[in-house]
Parts: sequence; structure tokens; C-alpha cells
Amino acid sequence: MLADIRLVAAKDLRIEWRSRVTLSQVVPFALLVLVLFGFALDANRPVLDAATSGLYWVTVLFVGVMSVQRATAIETTDGARRALLLAGVEPAAVFLGKAVAVALQLLFVEVVLVGGVIVLFDASIESLPLLTATCLVASVGIAAAGTLLGALVAGVRARETVLPILLLPVLAPVLIGATRAFDDALGTVAVDGWAWLGLLAGFGAINTVLGALAYGVLLEET
Amino acid sequence: MQEINHTGSRTTRLLGAAVIVGLVALVLLGWFVAPEDDDQQDAVRMIFVHVPSAIWTYIAFVTTAIGSVMWLVRRSVWWDTVAAAAAEIGVLFCGLTLFTGSVWGRPTWNTYWDWGDVRLVTTLILFLMMIGYLSVRSLGGPESATATRAAIVGVMAAAILPIVNRSVEWWENNTLHQKSSLTDGNLEDMTLFTLVVGLIVWGLFFWWAILHRFRIAWLEREIRSSDLDRALVERRAEGEPGASPLEERV
Repeated sequence: MLADIRLVAAKDLRIEWRSRVTLSQVVPFALLVLVLFGFALDANRPVLDAATSGLYWVTVLFVGVMSVQRATAIETTDGARRALLLAGVEPAAVFLGKAVAVALQLLFVEVVLVGGVIVLFDASIESLPLLTATCLVASVGIAAAGTLLGALVAGVRARETVLPILLLPVLAPVLIGATRAFDDALGTVAVDGWAWLGLLAGFGAINTVLGALAYGVLLEET
Repeated sequence: MQEINHTGSRTTRLLGAAVIVGLVALVLLGWFVAPEDDDQQDAVRMIFVHVPSAIWTYIAFVTTAIGSVMWLVRRSVWWDTVAAAAAEIGVLFCGLTLFTGSVWGRPTWNTYWDWGDVRLVTTLILFLMMIGYLSVRSLGGPESATATRAAIVGVMAAAILPIVNRSVEWWENNTLHQKSSLTDGNLEDMTLFTLVVGLIVWGLFFWWAILHRFRIAWLEREIRSSDLDRALVERRAEGEPGASPLEERV
């Protein structure tokens, strides 16, 4: 099982590395969103300071939608999904492998974005462990929910528009929890960020279990 | 097949009549009999729509979740159709709940929307999730695939909702929303009575709408499968000697 997960994750990451979509499109897009937020709010510096963690995570959610769409497209072109089924890899392993790949890409973008908010929004890191833990746990939740819903809409024509409608409301707790934890980690609001990590972990756990259970049904039937 | 050109039956007609009578009674009770509130004045009458539609919204979405599980576990077409019907009516009621709530909030809280309120924000996210559910329903493709997709979204919404609720509750603790109006014992007798009437009337409407929506969905399914059967018969007939249009042309 672990070997299969690693195999699928490595496959997705290799495709990503060779096509350079994350590097050449997703990262610039994420920075662009930050710049746009800056344009929208910069006239009012205190507002931008107070909203930094929220803007950061809204950007990450957009990136999450993009990454999931990309991960889904890899499987739908050339009937790769069917090949994956025929390969005899356990569907739960396929799900976990793909989720790991999406999570790693998200983490990469998140690191770049942290640099972005430090430079552009003048943010300062008060607690690096909390910041790191939040990014890790939130990425797992986004990747798990995204991979499941990505597979769900994989076979349909309108998938580009349906995916955000499905995914963004589901990710509402991640936005709330991660923003609060970041408020603490960046020292903008005095809250207990570690308590919010528990909620993010719960979200990640539920979606990982749901995804591992449902992925097989989706692969076979849709 | 028996010709069907409506989805009514004795039960739904009785239900429908009861809904009309009930609504008239509710309007009369709500406007003229129930007293106005000391603080909220006439705005309090909104609860005769708001509270029942909120309660029936949750019943609808629980029904959708159960139907989704039953489809995934037992492949029950009946339950899948129930889940779809309940989701549609649930979205309608949920929209009504949000609308009446914010209309009521304006004179009472002096704002249409309060972000610090757990129930408000949770209900809005639920509403958005269920709109997603309905859009998955309308994606097209093979019926069993649509049912499976929708069922997973239904289960996911049910699983995420407690977390959404928690997160919003921790997010801001200062809530404007009333505690349960039904159980806190502060309502006037006539107000409480009218509210119970409202619950029953909206419940009757809920079941009336669900029954019709279920039957429409079921008939749509029947039409699709009967089209398939007819096409199969036609293709088979083509294979019989002398029946082929090609041979006729020769």
C-alpha cells in the first residue's frame, strides 16, 4: 500500500516536474492574486495588515482549486484513469498518492506565498513552528477534499466550473481555521492558534478517510 | 404502460387542500391573533415562517444524507430519488430560511447579516453545499454515475457540517442569534400556538412538494428506461428476415 502511494505520488509529481505547470503558471498566478489584493486594499495599510492571513489563505484556496483541476486533468486525458484501474493499484492508494502529490505542490506554493506576504504585505513571523504546522495540516485537508471532488467531476464536461462550486464551500472550515492559526503565527490577532490546528486536523482526517473509502466507487462507476 | 399525465393522487390532493386551508389559518393567526412582541413588535411574526422552514430544511438535508448512504450501500434507486427530491425542496426551504432571517434581522439586529452568528453562517455554507449537490445532479451522464457522484457529495456535506459548525462557533463567540425560541419558554401562549401551527402547515407543504418532486423524478426515469426498451425492440426487429429497412429498399 505504502509503495503504491509513493508510486502514484511520484508519477504525478514527475508529470508536474516535466510540464512545469506549477512553476510557470500556478506560482505566478498565486503571486498575482496577492498583488491584486494589495491593489485592492493598499490605500489602507492597517486593513491590509489585519487581513494578511485571510488573504493568504484565500489565495491558497484558489491555488488548491487550480492544482486539483490539474491533477484531475492528468487522469482524464488519454483514458489514463482506466489504465490506472487496470494497473491493479488499490483505489485507496491511488487516492492517497494523488492527494500527497497535490499537498506537496500546495506546500511549495505556500512557502513562496509566505515570502510574498513578508515582502509585499510587510508581515513578520512570530511563531515558525505554528506557521509550518498550519501549512502542513491545512494542505492535507485541502488536498484530500480536492482530490475526492476532483475525481467526482472528472468524467463530466462542465468540470472546470463545477469543481469550485463544490470545493470552496467544503473548504470553508480550512479557511476559517488556517486564517485564525496564521493570525497567531504572524502575531496580528491574539488567539490560540494551536487550538485551531485541532480543527484543521479533524477536517483533514475526515476527508482523507472519506476519500480513501469513496475513491474506488468513483473510479469504477464514473 | 398506463398513461400518466399528472403526479397527483388522493393523498397529495388531500395534502394540498390541507396546505391551502392551513396557510389561510396561519396567516389569520399570525397577523391577527398572535400578539406583537414587546421588543420586536410586528417583526416577531416572521418566526411563523422562519422557524418552521429552518426545521424542515434540516429534516430535508438529513433525508438527503440518509438517501445518499442508502444508494451507496444498497444501490436503492428509490432512496436515490428520495435524496434528490429532498435536496431540491431543502434548498428551497433553506433559501426561505436565510431570506426571512435576514429580513427579520434588519429591524431587530439592525443588520441583514451577522458574521458572528454560528447558525447563520453554517446555514449559508450548507445552502451553498446543497446547491453544489444539485449542480452535480444536473451534470448528466449515466444515471448510476450521477447518483453515485451526488451521493458522495451528500455524505460529504453531512460529514463536514459539524466541523463547519464548530469552526464558526469558535470563530466568533458573540452571537446575536436567539436561542431556540421553542424551548426557552418565553413565548406568549398564542405565539407558541401559531408557531406550532406553522410547523405543521409547512410540514404538510414539505411532504406535498416532496411527493410530487419524487414522482416527477421517478416518471422521468421510467421514460428514459422505456425509451431504451423501445430502441432495443426496434433494433431486434431489424434483425428479423424481411423486416430490415435496407432489404425493403432492395
